[in-house]
Amino acid sequence: MANQKMADATPLLEVSNLRVAFPTRTGMAEAVRGVSFTLGREKLGIVGESGSGKSMTGRSILRLVPAPGRVTADRLAFNGEDLLAASPRRLRDIRGRRIAMVMQDPKYSLNPVMTVGRQIAEAYRVHSKAGAAEAKRRALEMLAAVRIRDPERVYDRYPHEVSGGMGQRIMIAMMLIPDPDLLIADEPTSALDVTVQMQVLAILDDLCSQRGMGMIFVSHDLNLVASFCDRILIMYAGRVVESCRASELHAATHPYTRGLLASLPRIDEPPGDLPVLSRDPMWLEA
Amino acid sequence: MIDIRNLRVRFGQGADAVTAVDGVTLSVREGESFGLVGESGSGKSTVLRAVSGLNDEWTGRIAVAGAEQGPRRQTGFYKLCQMVFQDPYGSLHPRHTVDRILAEPIAIHGLGDANARIDRVLRDVGLGPAFRFRYPHQLSGGQRQRVAIARALVLEPQVLLLDEPTSALDVSVQAEILNLLRRLRAEHGLTLVLVTHNLAVVANLCDRLAVMNRGRLVEEMSVEELRRGAARQPYTLQLLRASQGYDRATAESFRDYA
Amino acid sequence: MTARTDTPSAPRPAGWRDWLTTDTPHSRAQARLGRAWAGWTAFRRNRLAVAGLLIVLALVVVAALAPVLAPHHPYAQDLNNRLMPPSAAHWLGTDAFGRDILSRLIHGARLTLMIVALVAATAPLAGLVIGTAAGYFGGWVDTVLMRITDIALAFPKLILALAFVAALGPGIENAVIAIAITSWPPYARIARAETLTVRRSDFISAARLQGASSLRIILGHIMPLCIASLIVRTTLDMAGVILTAAGLGFLGLGAQPPLPEWGAMIASGRQYVLEQWWVAAMPGLAIFIVSLGFNLLGDGLRDVLDPKGD
Repeated sequence: MANQKMADATPLLEVSNLRVAFPTRTGMAEAVRGVSFTLGREKLGIVGESGSGKSMTGRSILRLVPAPGRVTADRLAFNGEDLLAASPRRLRDIRGRRIAMVMQDPKYSLNPVMTVGRQIAEAYRVHSKAGAAEAKRRALEMLAAVRIRDPERVYDRYPHEVSGGMGQRIMIAMMLIPDPDLLIADEPTSALDVTVQMQVLAILDDLCSQRGMGMIFVSHDLNLVASFCDRILIMYAGRVVESCRASELHAATHPYTRGLLASLPRIDEPPGDLPVLSRDPMWLEA
Repeated sequence: MIDIRNLRVRFGQGADAVTAVDGVTLSVREGESFGLVGESGSGKSTVLRAVSGLNDEWTGRIAVAGAEQGPRRQTGFYKLCQMVFQDPYGSLHPRHTVDRILAEPIAIHGLGDANARIDRVLRDVGLGPAFRFRYPHQLSGGQRQRVAIARALVLEPQVLLLDEPTSALDVSVQAEILNLLRRLRAEHGLTLVLVTHNLAVVANLCDRLAVMNRGRLVEEMSVEELRRGAARQPYTLQLLRASQGYDRATAESFRDYA
Repeated sequence: MTARTDTPSAPRPAGWRDWLTTDTPHSRAQARLGRAWAGWTAFRRNRLAVAGLLIVLALVVVAALAPVLAPHHPYAQDLNNRLMPPSAAHWLGTDAFGRDILSRLIHGARLTLMIVALVAATAPLAGLVIGTAAGYFGGWVDTVLMRITDIALAFPKLILALAFVAALGPGIENAVIAIAITSWPPYARIARAETLTVRRSDFISAARLQGASSLRIILGHIMPLCIASLIVRTTLDMAGVILTAAGLGFLGLGAQPPLPEWGAMIASGRQYVLEQWWVAAMPGLAIFIVSLGFNLLGDGLRDVLDPKGD
């Protein structure tokens, strides 16, 4: 099945001139200002600091931007299908089943009054006609797929009874059980310890390559994205200022990217003042 | 400057008790910049809070500037040792202006000359007098952290304890704050104790570091050794490898060290 | 060259609006006023809240200018004109003693305002002190204070008021005392809840690390954060206070005749409610409007003062 997906020629996601605007007291403020990219069955990283619009970009693909925000684009297509013109019913269908989203903190994205197993099973039943027993079986399979050692025991746990890393793996299990084509991960490992981060990323890596999924990885951690993703987009003030292959990040050209790379402290560098990024107002223009 | 012997901190009672810090012994020399590194649950913040006096349920021995400390601190201690917290959004009172925030320690300790002190300390942290009467919600994250540092410096302490001071900040702002801390340390001869999970920050700002895991001190080393990757304990090596970016093969080899 | 030369070099002076909304205030006063102005502009946008504010202001104005505004003396009886319907001479009609209802309502506004002001000045303050102390110190202080609060909360307002007037004698002052004494527990609970939320914040820890005493922390750090919730709760409670006072007046325990207290007016109009409905309905309408005003004001204040908006 993965091979069949790989053979598909249409890009998984086409985004052209995406704009997200919010009304404020002083007029419309654009959080995303003309972002364009295409995504195949690969891992794309979107990196930016706070206010760059990276999270908003991820959410607008799933049409999850809350009113009164407005999403406009020349083209926003998933597998050739126009997402902007899709009816709310079709969007509900796509969300979860074809496009899934993993967010930062499982504390806030898991229902605290339901056992985790039930939440995963429910996620499965929403998108398929399976019965309770079948859903439970699939949920246990997914828990094993995210390397949880004792799926039966964890099935009956509540979200507050599991650690952060396990909670995130449960979140991934819940989101990937309907076997989506595209996964949008919004800072999925930022709330986790470094070693746990690595383990969760390994799970994401494996699952994505096994299923031939495309992934958008939104993060503020440039080094992490550079080592995990295939391609990177750097965002600043709502625009994409740089787009390159992850392996070629060190050869980036835009002064913002270079400034960001230079201001990162490194273990192997001697102590000393870090070059401070000076923001050129020209970067706010294209 | 700071001498900790066999520090033990337990939370809760009976069967639910959690030992957050389990017999930690370490020393920080005067004028040194010391990093305390660990992941969540390692107890590093708990150690810091015990030293600062915020936490009074510990056993063991804590001495600062030669004077042994009990569970309660004398007022004079606060002129010696101050702390900067992690979350710039939570460490400033939302209803107080910067001026009020900085004037308070001056008033508590009866040091006069508030205007001059406030102006001086604001300039010291790179904020001008224009920021003096703003409220926290009118400041950016980096500016708030500068105000928090200013508040810590107003009493002219010798020791500055920092609990993940840049973790909540953007990368570009982090660089500014690290540079600021470096300059302040040089100008005022401060002793810094920096708690963080980020080894790169430690490498940039500290002279020596200690690694903690599950309440125990795993290893002490100089930053020079860290840079060379010359760690001896497997946990430290694992931490080092994890800090260097994602690598599929490495992730596979990670173990849970109790 | 230019013919007019008035102030060519000085920059155009900024208006007061710019002074209030500037990003860089130059003094404590400017910062505080600027913040108050921002709150006012936010409040102003909520039309219902402004309506509530106008109603409350109208109550104050009417109470203040009662002798001037009232067309007749509130106690002047005219037994030939008993129970007259609303007319040109008596806009809201007359009651069982021929007294002008409109004038009695206007003078009654004073009593209403007095009740509201006295309760608002005492109960929330007591609740604030008790609640913050209980929340901040915890331990046995918290237990003792909260058990006292629970006991006070267990008394129904009306029953306690009955007990008071039985002990002290009927009268509006005793009624107010009774209401105030039973009103403070909810404020204590609110203040305690806010204190518990804030107690573990870093800025409180920072204050402790500067050597601030508990008193300084409670007064300077914790109370300012509780005030917003308390103001909102107080305004919303005012409607209830008015109704309780009216209830006491209805039972004959509050204001004594011939005082034109609105609840007592409803009580005396009760027996005529089918034929001469205006005798009871007019004071009822007045209570309704004032209660509504306080409710709308309280809701609007909550939107502005809620710290989550910061």
